[in-house]
Order: sequence, then structure tokens, then C-alpha cells
Amino acid sequence: MKLLADLSVGSRARVHSILGADELSVRLLEMGLTPGVEVAVVGTAPLGDPLELELRGYRLSVRRTEAARVQIEPL
Amino acid sequence: MKSPTIARSTITVALIGNPNTGKSTLFTALAGVRQRVGNYPGVTVEKKLGSLHLSGQACQVVDLPGTYSLAPRSPDEMVAVDVLLGRRADVGPIDIVLSIVDASNLERNLYLVSQVLELGVPTVVALNMVDIARARGLAIDVERLSTQLNVPVVEVQANRHRGIAELKAALVAAISSNSAVPESPFPTEFQREVTHLQSALAPRMRDEESTCGGEAMPRYLVERLLLDTSGYLQSELLGNHHSPGEADVAAELKAARGRLAAAGSPVPAVEAQARYAWVAQVLKGVIARPAERVTTRSDRIDRILTNKFWGTLLFVLAMLLVFSSVFVAAEPAMKAIDAVIGKLGQAVGAAMSEGPLESLLVDGVIGGVGSVLVFLPQILMLFFFLAILEDCGYMARAAYLMDKLMVRVGLSGKSFIPLLSSFACAIPGVMATRVIENRRDRLTTILVAPLMSCSARLPVYTVLIGAFIPRRTFAGGLLQLQGVTLFTLYLLGIVTAALVALVLKKTLLRGPTPPFVMELPSYKWPSPSTVLYRMGERGWSFVRRAGTLILAVSVIVWAASYYPHNAEVVEENLGPERDALTARLVQLDTGAAERAGLEDQKADMDHAIAAAYQRQSILGRMGRTIEPAVRPLGWDWRIGCAVIASFPAREVVMGALGVIYNLGKGLDVGDQTDQDRLAARMHAARWDDSQALVYNIPVALSIMVFFALCAQCASTLVVIRRETNSWRWPAFTFIYMTALAYLGALVTYQVGMRLPPF
Repeated sequence: MKLLADLSVGSRARVHSILGADELSVRLLEMGLTPGVEVAVVGTAPLGDPLELELRGYRLSVRRTEAARVQIEPL
Repeated sequence: MKSPTIARSTITVALIGNPNTGKSTLFTALAGVRQRVGNYPGVTVEKKLGSLHLSGQACQVVDLPGTYSLAPRSPDEMVAVDVLLGRRADVGPIDIVLSIVDASNLERNLYLVSQVLELGVPTVVALNMVDIARARGLAIDVERLSTQLNVPVVEVQANRHRGIAELKAALVAAISSNSAVPESPFPTEFQREVTHLQSALAPRMRDEESTCGGEAMPRYLVERLLLDTSGYLQSELLGNHHSPGEADVAAELKAARGRLAAAGSPVPAVEAQARYAWVAQVLKGVIARPAERVTTRSDRIDRILTNKFWGTLLFVLAMLLVFSSVFVAAEPAMKAIDAVIGKLGQAVGAAMSEGPLESLLVDGVIGGVGSVLVFLPQILMLFFFLAILEDCGYMARAAYLMDKLMVRVGLSGKSFIPLLSSFACAIPGVMATRVIENRRDRLTTILVAPLMSCSARLPVYTVLIGAFIPRRTFAGGLLQLQGVTLFTLYLLGIVTAALVALVLKKTLLRGPTPPFVMELPSYKWPSPSTVLYRMGERGWSFVRRAGTLILAVSVIVWAASYYPHNAEVVEENLGPERDALTARLVQLDTGAAERAGLEDQKADMDHAIAAAYQRQSILGRMGRTIEPAVRPLGWDWRIGCAVIASFPAREVVMGALGVIYNLGKGLDVGDQTDQDRLAARMHAARWDDSQALVYNIPVALSIMVFFALCAQCASTLVVIRRETNSWRWPAFTFIYMTALAYLGALVTYQVGMRLPPF
């Protein structure tokens, strides 16, 4: 399955699931990356990492390694 | 410091909300500027209390740290949950929870509200930033939201003091209301497990009166226990000791989680899913979104500010602007303060007769406190800029832009601005680390921040570089040796900080990399009142907390350089000569030609006496005692003595050397003539035993390297104590930095002496 980290800037996807059950996955879930939610990659920082996402009407920053925990279905 | 407590005759309101919702602004709007700030014992969480009157009813407001979720995984995060559940004796039971939410980001903010509502305490929701929501084209039906949540919802604009009266009225009404615990958002199988677990834990709780006073564990905590897979809550709530019941509970939890996973509600994912589903239900018919997403000004600004080229360029420009203005704009104020302190010292000195009390006031109190007070304009300027960056939403962007760079040294982007501020002064830098919620990252940043070359090091560098580094140019005049030396000293601080951070994160503060999953708030115009208030608050907190200790340290250092004031010995040798000079001066007419020469002689004599007193003072003796230790650095006892004297503040070292080299007390290292006078004395200084010259390039370099790396700043150490809530960390900072400074100076001198002469 594709991961959020693989998405290119400007594309959208639907979250399928979050891998793992540690602090990081809890944090991703708490911030609203729950299964079924739509997410867009808005941009990246000038050094290429982290990513700027848009979901649930707000902007969220995640590192690429963290985005690799999010399984998605591209839209 | 005594921690503030609340009397039971008053009611208590707890203020909670996500970061960037304007929580602190609302707190100030409610409680005014009279706030009591302390620490919760044992953790680094700030305890902020304010008071207000709600139609005659005395009321305390507790400001809880901003958080996205009430899911404690560390003692710091546990504080908010304990306060809300009334489990903290130093705060007492909570009567009302005031939950502030960002109207432009309602969906994510209601996640925390859903947790708060489950606590069963009467709740009032303050809907902040309605203006931003409106700019995005969002229409919010506040009444409907209130009905759906079943709690009062009040529209406010905290930064403009709008809606505060209505909010207070809602709080008054909430005092007498009963809280109805809402329907749980969790699926029935999860609720069943919680009920089961709660009753299984009940006998245990009766046995261990210490944890819950014999009462059943609150349902919310049982839920958290089931959801927290990190094991933190299990040891926190059930204790670390292995009683017979321990294994049962662990097995019980494991079995319950297994059953939940099988039923399609795996822990911990079930919570977010359940709560966001609940939020979606609540928001049905509450928010009307525009069909097409409105591109706001914030979006357009963001596109530029996070652009690869423009974003980086503007970031660098913004930081340069902040820095140059910190130095340029603060300078007149610093000069003025310096002049006032000088005048005050002179006036006091003139008004009192010479003696220990006069010296204590002039040299100890006024001189010592003044040396720190001089930096106040700069500190305030930095607080001002930091407050602007925070309030307009750029702080989070700066962290986002710099994260990749900081990850390489084991930190996150959030450490960047605190470390950058430390180039002006470590005090605002250390205080700015509050934005870093991870304890290990925050401590690491605090511990390396004083390695950044602050402005107090600059006078040390300029005097020594000016005096000893040859004016040579390289690369066709493009590079200047003096400039390269200065740059290298700054670089030394940065490289050392990076290495120390890496080592700390691998040893003492080892732990998993904290996530960088954070909100990038929308940009808004900073509110002048918020910015000024924050600047004033932090500046005052620094003066109040550091003031007394700096005073104490200054007095101690003064006493060490004054006592034993053995007048007989000094006067016996130098007294008669000075008295003769004084007598001749009195006899001469004011216009006499030889007067000027005699006055100079008398001044030299006075300085020589001052130096003689210093030589036989405790400090002078300490300097001589430690000479064997500093000799490998190329220093004689005089330099050692000046280094000890500069413990309260680095820049004092040049003034101390001035006294030692018979230049008197009033040396101004910012003044070119005084710099030249000091340089001439240093060039002429000789070893007591061999009569060889003390100073050469390696010695000057070794002193500068020492000052680049040492922790000679009492104010910074006090602020570290305040921010970490323990003396352990300032002690650690002082020891490691002094050791590094000694080592650095040793290597510099030893290598420098073995290199061919420059």
C-alpha cells in the first residue's frame, strides 16, 4: 500500500490506516489523521523535509519518516 | 519559592486549550496582569494562577499548558489531567473548566473538548478567533454548537477583549449548574471493558489509600489506562512496586486490549476514531463551508514564506533584521543605563566617606547589578521580537523551515529560535525553550544555549583581538585576520553546541526522537497589547527572579575582592607618598602649570593602592592559589583572578583586569581610549617570577576560547534553574562548560606555543 511520504506536492489522498501503536502513531491519530480522512500535501520545507499537509481544514507539519507511518489511497 | 495555593472559599476555573488558540491572551483578559507564576513540584510545568471576581464571587483561574490531547505519557503531561480531576492538593478541586477553541480549526480543537467533557466537570467553551474563521468563509452556528455540545458556548476575540463580559456571565451561570456527563463517544465494547476494569480496580484502590484516597479511580483515568500502551500510566497510577495484584492488572489490560482488537476497536486507534466520529456528529449543521475553498491572505503569505527560494531568503532577512535591531536599537538604552549607573556610583561614592560600606554600595551593589542591568534593553528587545514571531504564527514556520538542519544534531526545528536568540543573550533563549514540549529536547536546548556567543562576550573579544591579533589581510584584502578570529570564536560556540547536543541526546537525555507532528497556525497580525504584555511579563519575571541572586553573587564577589582590607600593610608602603602628593595639590593654585602632572601622579598612586588592596584580598589570594592550575593555559594569577571575579557576568573580566593593572575602577571597555590604555598595560604585563611578558597571541587566544565556552553568567544559571525547576541542571551546565572552557583554553595555548611564531 502507498504511504503518505510517497505523495508528491499538490496531490490528495484518503488515509487508510496508521502503522504502529507507539507515541508517534497516537499523535498522528490525535491530530486527525484517522482512517477515511482526506489529506493533501501542500508543500515541503526548503530543505525537503518536513511536509506541510492540509486536513480537516487546517495545516499540519510532519516529517517524511513520520508520514511513512500513514498508509493512504491516492485520490 | 512558596507555591501558590487556593483557599476553598473561592471557586476555581481551569483554562485549557490547544496551542495557538490564544489561551494566554484569554487568561490575561480574564485575570489581568496580576498573575502568580510558579512551578508544580517535580516537573518543568509552569503553574500560572490569576484571580477575578464573578459577580461578587471570588474566583481563581488556573492556566494549564496548551495541549492537543489529554492523554498523559509523562509526568509533565500528567499535571493537566491531575489538576482537572482535582487530584492536586496544591490547586484543589476544579469547579468549572473553561475550554478555549479556535473557531477556524474547530474540528481538531473539539477533539480535546470531547476529552474534557468526559471529566464530568461543568464546562464552558470559549470560541476564539471567529474573525479568522469568517475570513475563511466559515459560518458557525454558535447556538446550535452549544445545543449539540450541551454546554454554553461563548464567542470571544480575546486579543480585542471582545466577548469577555459575556464569557464571565456564562461562568457565573455555570457555577450553579450541574454537569451532565455526556454520552461516551466510545463503542459499547470499549465502554464495557472500562466498566469491568474499573470494578476490578476498585478493591485495589481501597487498599492503596495513598493514590486515590480510597475512592474508586475516576472513569476517565481507567479509560486512559486501557488506552495508554506506553506503560507510563500503569506505573504512575498503580505504582512501581510489584504487589500481588500487579500482574493481574497487567494481564487484565492485555486481555482487554486483545478482546478490543478482535472486536474491531484496536487500542489506541479506537480513541481517535471514536472522538473524531463524535466531532463530526456535533458539527453537523454547525459549520457552513464555502463550496470552493477560499484562498485566504494567510494561504498566499504561506505560499511565499515556505517557498524554497523566497521562504529561505525572507527567513534569513527576518532573522538579520531581528538581530541588527536588537543590537542597534538597544544600544542607546544600554549606553544610557550604563551612564546612569556610573553617575549613581559616583554620586554615592562622593556622598559617603571612604570605607567598606561605600565600597559595598558602589562596587558591589551598583556595579554588580548594573553589569547585568545593562543587558536589560537587549533582553527586552528580544522578548519583543519573540512575542511578535509567536503571535503572528511565524514561530511554528521557523521551526518547520529549520527542522531538517536541527535533526542532524539530534534536536528539532523548535530549538532553532531559542538557540538563535542566545547569540544576543542566553536568557531569552533559555526562556524561549518553553515552546519545546518534549522534556529531553527542551533540556538539551537549554544546556547548549549558553554556548552561543552572546553579546556579553563581545567586549572580551574586541579588546583582546584589538590588542593582540595582528592587522593582516588575506586573499587580496578580502579576509582580515582580526575578523576571521572573531568569526572563528562564534563558530567554536556553534560547533561545540552541536557536539554537546549530540552527546547529550546519546547519553544523559537519550530517548526516541519526539514527533514533529504539529499545527502550522494561520498567519495573523500580531496584537500590540499581547506583544507588549508578553515582553513586559518575561522581562519582569527575569528581573525579579535573577535580581536577588545576582545581587547576592555581586556582594560575595565584592567581599572577596575587598577583604581583608589590610590598611596598615598597604598604607605603610604607598600611603606616605600619596599623602605628600595630596598635600602638594592642596597648596597649589587651581591654575598652576604643574597641577595637571601632579593630578595624574596622584591618580596613578590611587590606582596602585587599589591594585595593592586587590592583591592581598581573598580574590587576589585565590588567584595566586589557582595559578598552578591556570599556568598551563598561559595565565598568570592576575588573569585567574579576573576570571574568578567575572563569575557574575563575563564582561566584568575586562574591568577586573583594569583594576589589577592599576587603571582604576571606572574603565569603560566600550571606549577606544580606555581599550588602548588596557591594551598597553596588558602588553607590558610580566610574570612575577621570570619577568617574561605574560601576554602573547596564544595567551590572548586561550583567554578568548575560555570565555567563548565558559558559563560565567550568574543570570543564565538562575534562569536555567527557574526553567528546569531544579538546581541540578544549572550546576551541570556550569561544570560541563567550565571543564570544556578549561580544556579548550589549554589546547589553544599548548598548540599555539608549539606552532612557529606568526
